[in-house]
Amino acid sequence: MSRNPYVRPISTTTWYMRHGRYKVYVLRELTSFLVMFYSFLTLVGLYALSTSPESWDAFLASQQGVGMIIFHAVALLYFLFFQTFPWFKLAPKAMPVQMGETKVPDNAIIIGHYIAWAVLSLFILWLAGVLS
Amino acid sequence: MGGVESLYFVAGGSIVMTIAKKAVVWGLFAAGGTLSSFLFPVLIALFLLIATGNVPEGLQFEQFHTFAASWLGKACLFIVLFLSLWHAAHRLRVVAHDFGIRKDTLVANTVYAVAAIGTVLAAFYLFSIR
Repeated sequence: MSRNPYVRPISTTTWYMRHGRYKVYVLRELTSFLVMFYSFLTLVGLYALSTSPESWDAFLASQQGVGMIIFHAVALLYFLFFQTFPWFKLAPKAMPVQMGETKVPDNAIIIGHYIAWAVLSLFILWLAGVLS
Repeated sequence: MGGVESLYFVAGGSIVMTIAKKAVVWGLFAAGGTLSSFLFPVLIALFLLIATGNVPEGLQFEQFHTFAASWLGKACLFIVLFLSLWHAAHRLRVVAHDFGIRKDTLVANTVYAVAAIGTVLAAFYLFSIR
């Protein structure tokens, strides 16, 4: 073996820009910032809720506005296409289901996830009083 | 039992321990990913509704306070927040590496500390809603 093997120079900070697939990977991983952001936003809400009715109303009022509408709308689309849907697509590989001798087809697992997601989301919207 | 056998036993034990620990860490991570994938779209949608000024009935103080004051409501909110924070922390650690930050110990301590603080705050706030 050569004493000085050639090492292809690859940037450690911008490597994912070289290939579309890497960019998608990085975009998927970046959704974890959204998970952090909305978890802490919910925590701020819970703090307001635990304090007084006035502070809860102040929290709700502070969350209104065109800027927040745009932010949440973009975040929702970004999260759906780079976290939720890829996660469902990955599910049959991460948790293959076997019934007796036969393996449950990948598509059945994926469709099952979508149905469960829709039912759960509708239930929460109903619970929040959006659908009544 | 002596010599090689006991050595093997010890080594086997530590391997089992490592696998068990990894299974717990991985299990929490996967559970957090699944929960956030299922629930965050509707959470963001609710924040979107609030942003438009159409606060739904269930998120008015009375109703939401009643929900968060119930043990079932508390448990749901706590589990979702705890597992999502843990999941996000684990992924942010990988993101830092992907962006060329090689100080893994520092990054890991930071992101897990943030997740731990969030978890403690969630428990504390939920406990004080009665």
